Amino acid sequence: MDSIVAFHDGPLMWAISFIVILVLVLLVVVAVRFNAKANPTPAGFTHNTLVEILWTVAPILLLILIAIPSFGVLTDQLVVPDGQRKYLGSNIFSFGEVEVPAPELTIKATGQQWYWDYEYVEDEVGFTQLMLQEDERLATKPGQPRLLAVDNELVVPVDTTVRLLVTADPIGVIHAFAVPSFGVKIDAVPGRLNETWFNVRETGIYYGQCSELCGKDHAFMPIAVRVVTKDEFATYMAAYKAGDYAAGNATLAAVQ
Amino acid sequence: MADIAHLEAHATGHDHHADAHTPTGWRRWVFSTNHKDIGLMYLFFSIAAGVIGGILSGFMRMELQEPGIQIFHGLAAMAYGVEGGEALDAGKHMYNVFTSAHALIMIFFAVMPATMGGFANYFTPLMIGAPDTAFPRINNIAFWLLPPAFILLVLSLFFEGTGPQALGFGGGWTVYPPLSTSGHPGPAMDFVILSLHIAGISSILGSINLITTIFNMRAPGMTLHKMPLFAWSVLVTAFLLLVSLPVLAGGITMLLTDRNFGTAFFRPSEGGDPVLFQHLFWFFGHPEVYIMILPGFGMISHIVSTFSRKPIFGYMAMAYAMVAIGFVGFVVWAHHMFTTGLSLDVQRYFAVATMVIAVPTGIKIFSWIATMWGGSISFKAPMLWAVGFIFLFTVGGVTGVVLANAGADRSLHDTYYVVAHFHYVLSLGAVFSLFAGWYYWFPKMFGYMYNDTLAKLHFWTMFIGVNLIFFPQHFLGLAGMPRRYIDYPDAFAFWNRISSIGYYITFVAMVIFFYATWEAARKKRPAGDNPWGVGATTLEWTLSSPPPFHQFSTLPRIDSANAH
Repeated sequence: MDSIVAFHDGPLMWAISFIVILVLVLLVVVAVRFNAKANPTPAGFTHNTLVEILWTVAPILLLILIAIPSFGVLTDQLVVPDGQRKYLGSNIFSFGEVEVPAPELTIKATGQQWYWDYEYVEDEVGFTQLMLQEDERLATKPGQPRLLAVDNELVVPVDTTVRLLVTADPIGVIHAFAVPSFGVKIDAVPGRLNETWFNVRETGIYYGQCSELCGKDHAFMPIAVRVVTKDEFATYMAAYKAGDYAAGNATLAAVQ
Repeated sequence: MADIAHLEAHATGHDHHADAHTPTGWRRWVFSTNHKDIGLMYLFFSIAAGVIGGILSGFMRMELQEPGIQIFHGLAAMAYGVEGGEALDAGKHMYNVFTSAHALIMIFFAVMPATMGGFANYFTPLMIGAPDTAFPRINNIAFWLLPPAFILLVLSLFFEGTGPQALGFGGGWTVYPPLSTSGHPGPAMDFVILSLHIAGISSILGSINLITTIFNMRAPGMTLHKMPLFAWSVLVTAFLLLVSLPVLAGGITMLLTDRNFGTAFFRPSEGGDPVLFQHLFWFFGHPEVYIMILPGFGMISHIVSTFSRKPIFGYMAMAYAMVAIGFVGFVVWAHHMFTTGLSLDVQRYFAVATMVIAVPTGIKIFSWIATMWGGSISFKAPMLWAVGFIFLFTVGGVTGVVLANAGADRSLHDTYYVVAHFHYVLSLGAVFSLFAGWYYWFPKMFGYMYNDTLAKLHFWTMFIGVNLIFFPQHFLGLAGMPRRYIDYPDAFAFWNRISSIGYYITFVAMVIFFYATWEAARKKRPAGDNPWGVGATTLEWTLSSPPPFHQFSTLPRIDSANAH
């Protein structure tokens, strides 16, 4: 996500703002200088090879300038860390300077109509995550936002690379797993297993929402990821494996 | 020019004779083989469909004006006589039906009939100096296939989609399976498929007619490289339709057989793959967006040149930029699918190929400005719309460059940023070009002049309205609000409210549009053959307004002096 933000707020915003302002300024200049009052006799020229070459070549150069960091950002997203490869982070022109550890945890998310199922693949435990209806939310987690609060948060450890496998019910429809803060969005396609990864630096609760139209409750199948310290996660997972999700979750401070 | 005027006087002489056989009453329209009458029918059809599509979006904007579900459970309660949770569920489905129908109507029954049906039919023969299109009867059937297609789409709203209290198809205009197959077991989706098939046949027939007309019926002396840019844009668009629509037809036929005849093209449990449909759909769907905008490019070129009283700058580059956009438009489709799990190399390719389109598009934008540069510009209503188009299309274009970068699209895919982007190029781009064309050719088509002040008022109201609708949607998308949502987290409330206010302003703009049209029809101010003066150099302005029922009985001869 660092690289997406740096890429968008940096080269992309500069480039598109420049182009829009350039076109706007040119239109204003044309309207002021070449309106019928200011310029009663129109010129007759129809060609100017130099400017035509200029406005063909200049955009190409600008696009190349955009494409270089763009490729870096994209490659980082699609290459699951192996512990060796360096990632861009927010310095998108660096060609890689951030170390990202290899995944220590694999989570499989399955899109259902209309909720998410999760499985901790290595630990072979899984649970269902449902959106809290308004009355439930107000009763149990009033501090959590409407439409985003869920009954069971997906718990993952901080500073840990998580491999994420995403699919959908084989006889269901397509969904998309998205957590904007992680820079993650990947379709949950029946019959396919898509892979991506994330590594969260700060503890807290992060939200996402289904991002592929999946029917009437498309807007009501949020994703909530609770990021805890590594120790907390170890305790949680031990209790979870010994009992169930509720037992694991009881080891963590209650979500208000 | 004097030469043409002379020939035209001669031609009109013949037309008196021809007019004697002009069918009257309903026969004139239903049996019409006249490209101008058919063009007008397309335009009125398009306006009617556009009003329906626009009203659907009004319900959506009212719903999204505040967080929570405001009106759709009420609509569902009225439609099905249910209450409480059942009404909510029915309302959620109905919202999806409205978004799907809005898109399908606007694309297939409002924009395409206006550009390739209306203006292309009416003005291509006039501009290339042809008496009519090559296949007048095909032209008739191409138009008359559209109303049944539209009726099928409207009927789909009243048949079962997902259940007895969930009528209509709510799977989006992209009709992705499995939501459009096992996800919508009722017959509504079959109606949508048949509707698209018939609309597609209509467009293919229309394209064949226009291609043949342009290749074979240009006036003597009008080589392809002297042909007006609008005719160029129609030619390129017709080829795009001809190549892309059969792929859509194939894709939706596979949906039809998956749904009804036990095939498994897209059913993973039997070895099919839903992503295959997305490839087929977007192989059509991406050229489709250029199909909607290219005729607008052509119109804008003429309008800018006319009101700048200056020939088009860089004619050859303008023509071949459109050809280039058409070609490249066929090899970028998977940029709609960056999150489906495509491999790294595939995403890299589609990102770069997509960005390449910015180059010919940039050539067009800059050439329009260069056409104005040094000109003597009168900012009449059509010119305002054209300049508005250039600016708004630029805004929509640059956000396209942002989305082309697969890495950035990871965050923006399926958010309101995409909604803002494609409405800037279509709702503000293509539709602005349509209004520019409407006000440019209105005096030619109807022989009467509209009130320029009203037309300008329409422009400014609509300019403010649509920008207010769609600019804030960029912020919503950047903040992560997914599209096709009936309800959203409270954090997105502010910009949604602004966006809805923009809709009401746009609604007022449309009222002004209809009033201006009605006013022109009532006041009957004769427009004259050429109300725009010396800047208007294409052949339609050498004819009377409206043009005679049959024109160019003696073909005009084009010499190098009055090329394009």
